[in-house]
Amino acid sequence: MNAALPAPIGLLAELTHRCPLRCPYCSNPLELDRRSGELDTATWQRVLSEAAALGVLHVHLSGGEPTARADIVEITAHCARAGLYSNLITSGVGGALKKLDALADAGLDHVQLSIQAADAGNAERIGGLANAQPQKMAFAERVTALGLPLTLNAVIHRGNIDEVERIVELAVALGAKRLEVAHTQYYGWAYVNRAALMPAKADVDRSIRIVEAARKRLEGRLVIDLVVPDYYATYPKACAGGWGRRLMNVTPTGRVLPCHAAETIPGLEFWSVRDRSLADIWAASPAFMAYRGTDWMPEPCRSCDRKERDWGGCRCQALALTGDAAATDPACAHSPHHARVKALAAAESAAGEAPAYVYRTIGGAGGDDRPAPARIPEGAAS
Amino acid sequence: MSEALTLTDVPRLPRGVRLRFDEVRGAHVLLAPERAFDLDAVAAEVLGLVDGTRSVSAIVDALAAKFDEDRAVIEGDVVAMLDDLAKKRVLDR
Ligand code: SF4
Ligand code: SF4
Repeated sequence: MNAALPAPIGLLAELTHRCPLRCPYCSNPLELDRRSGELDTATWQRVLSEAAALGVLHVHLSGGEPTARADIVEITAHCARAGLYSNLITSGVGGALKKLDALADAGLDHVQLSIQAADAGNAERIGGLANAQPQKMAFAERVTALGLPLTLNAVIHRGNIDEVERIVELAVALGAKRLEVAHTQYYGWAYVNRAALMPAKADVDRSIRIVEAARKRLEGRLVIDLVVPDYYATYPKACAGGWGRRLMNVTPTGRVLPCHAAETIPGLEFWSVRDRSLADIWAASPAFMAYRGTDWMPEPCRSCDRKERDWGGCRCQALALTGDAAATDPACAHSPHHARVKALAAAESAAGEAPAYVYRTIGGAGGDDRPAPARIPEGAAS
Repeated sequence: MSEALTLTDVPRLPRGVRLRFDEVRGAHVLLAPERAFDLDAVAAEVLGLVDGTRSVSAIVDALAAKFDEDRAVIEGDVVAMLDDLAKKRVLDR
């Protein structure tokens, strides 16, 4: 298959799991990596050089909060030297603003700033940090003052789905060129909090109509990317552009994953940048080989004409909802589990009062005696 | 809604958008936030002329001098391509 193996185009560099915010929808794993285990500067620089040589074009400097790393400016400068397009994915709080000018000077190409809601009180309730919103606003202003392109990213869920119109207005007011209206994907902490986050179908539909109208109205001013929610979809997304086809994800401690949630799949063997080159890992790591291409697919994917469009959807979601990572993603209407996933979403979103959030914290979600979120209750609907 | 691109506009690539030759794939790409546009030889030629000083019509002149093709055809293609990139917020004018 090597002859046909495409080169990766994107590298998600999770520089650290440390973050001042505690978003309940965070896609980081429940077992967060600790500072003591993080890769050092020289190793990140080697990884970035290897990525450029391998064909990676975009590097997403992410986390956690990437500016929590003392060497974020050096790492960004290294991206520029290697010709890599650098994208800082930040919460804009803590020390982010203080480092921003130096990052711009180091050649940073683009900033993606997360916002939790347009309303400050609601945003700070969701992010679990008081006084975060004014910091974010000041950060956004400095990004555009420096002439850097700004994308605003809002993860949408039950707690802020009524604010989509205001979020669009905020993006325009802040001078953003792009806005991502990203319905929650249920991995990591978001999976634990699914019942608190799941929006109702009617609200989802309304949010999509708002985005479509805003796209027309704001054409040429603001580009809006919409990530639709899987649980209400007809077909799944091509997760990470297809397993092992476009993206590599390097964790704070150096493990290389085909997607950021891949560690939830038991039995996969991940290689580390501490032991091997990125090129070797891309070509031969057992985790990348496991679901690359179409040979691993069961029915109905195997004989489906969309199999090279969505690559069977998300392995992590298949595992979380069906117990089998090699199953067709139940977001797909052809999956035998699809109707029950929809029923599950409807039931969770219809609960009169949403359960309290389990906030993201180092040390895992342990200590909380809440039961794990339901897989698909047998016979819930069909 | 923004107005369509005209011949007197002077297009330029804003910060955060870069034209680059991709050695691994042997082709030019336009790198932008969360996007990479694969460029064929002609598109790369057009964007190579976008420098923040040439007007659209000067770009068309330069291409007409270089390629054996009807100027009106070149003009139509260049305007359509640059207008599309402007709508996607990866070209300023
Ligand atoms: S989702 Fe929230 S908690 Fe998680 S890394 Fe981003 S800002 Fe931090
Ligand atoms: S059956 Fe498989 S390949 Fe076909 S649309 Fe569904 S997930 Fe995609």
